[in-house]
Amino acid sequence: MLNIGGLHKGVVIDHIKAGCAMEIYNYLNLEKVDSSVAIIKNAKSSKMGKKDIIKIEGPIPADLNLLAVLDSNITLNFIEDDEIVKKEHPNLPEKVTNIIKCKNPRCITSSPTERGLLHTFKLTDPEKRVYRCIYCEQKFKGQM
Amino acid sequence: MRHIISPNDLSIDELNDILSLAGRIYRNPKLYSKLCDGKKLATLFYEPSTRTRLSFESAMINLGGSVLGFSSADSSSASKGESIADTIRIISCYADICAMRHPKEGAPLVASQYSKIPVINAGDGGHNHPTQTLTDLLTIKELKGTLEGLTIGLCGDLKFGRTVHSLINAMVRYPGSNFVLIAPRELKIPTYLKKETLDAKNIPYTETSDLESVLPELDILYMTRVQQERFFNEEDYIRLKDSFILDNSKLKNAKEDMYILHPLPRINEIATEVDDDPRAVYFKQANFGVYVRMALIMTLLGIEEPKQN
Repeated sequence: MLNIGGLHKGVVIDHIKAGCAMEIYNYLNLEKVDSSVAIIKNAKSSKMGKKDIIKIEGPIPADLNLLAVLDSNITLNFIEDDEIVKKEHPNLPEKVTNIIKCKNPRCITSSPTERGLLHTFKLTDPEKRVYRCIYCEQKFKGQM
Repeated sequence: MRHIISPNDLSIDELNDILSLAGRIYRNPKLYSKLCDGKKLATLFYEPSTRTRLSFESAMINLGGSVLGFSSADSSSASKGESIADTIRIISCYADICAMRHPKEGAPLVASQYSKIPVINAGDGGHNHPTQTLTDLLTIKELKGTLEGLTIGLCGDLKFGRTVHSLINAMVRYPGSNFVLIAPRELKIPTYLKKETLDAKNIPYTETSDLESVLPELDILYMTRVQQERFFNEEDYIRLKDSFILDNSKLKNAKEDMYILHPLPRINEIATEVDDDPRAVYFKQANFGVYVRMALIMTLLGIEEPKQN
């Protein structure tokens, strides 16, 4: 069993699909935060066989809900004074900007003249967790 | 300020209002001939188009307005690397309304985010073409007298054919629509459209690759061409381009009051002998396209309709 009591205040991102922790690390821009960050790869999991975990000590990075777009199984454990005070699955955000990229070569976001265009996806089917590019309506298929 | 980027940007009431206005213009065009005096339409066409561009220009001229624009990316600042955002900011200083065609999907939506004038999507790649849909709806409404309770056969390239996708999305808003989807296996309608539009709304449809066998059921036959520009692989295009050819012998079993529509241009999917059949209305359809664009321009510019005598 992994010990998450080691954190005094922060968040543990649990149940990340094994092998995908670095992707989450990059999406959250964790290389830019001053806090201590621990990445645990291939931890044993009764539910998943194996899983990755990220522990972040200190202030919580901006919007953890965007993790729901990438991996629907993720659990967030919020720690205060060495205790888990809240355990939740991230909520699907209505809109995500520059988190996921449209891969449709016919989409305007791929045009060399539109380099500054933000890649924006809208949640079109919350039940099936479907996100579509607001420009070309291409479905995001990138769940890890 | 309103923009028309997707056919469903219009509520069903707004859609019906535009179709009714277009019908009134069609019956008495003279009454509307001076309404856009002093107004300018910019046609921003980043890829070639004859029908759509000229139809927009004709619509504005019919309303007494004038037109300016370009007809290919090569003759615009896009060839120098200018972004759509910058182009539309400039065009907003020159015109009152604009129609944009672009090979990339979503380009008119980008334009609408920066524009100070109404933007009409005149076709964005294989994505949306709302004024073609309005044209199709007006043609059906004027000729059949209703948009409800119709069996519509869609034939040809149902995979890449944006006019087909838009027409389905529009017709599902009218009660009693029933679709017959006629395509070769490789050009079948995308699964997401079936699941998210037809299945989700319990709209009846059948899929077939046999045009002749389903012709007797149809109230409308919407033919499309296999579009070479949508294929990355020329071999696939050559293999599929002659999948369906409508001729007089096939039409023998069709209803007397079935109408044949086509967004044009036609290549060989409708034999020229069919042109003389009274059910062939694709050229009339191009005419309706001008009236519906007149109605749309008037609506987006907020121009009041003159009283009928």
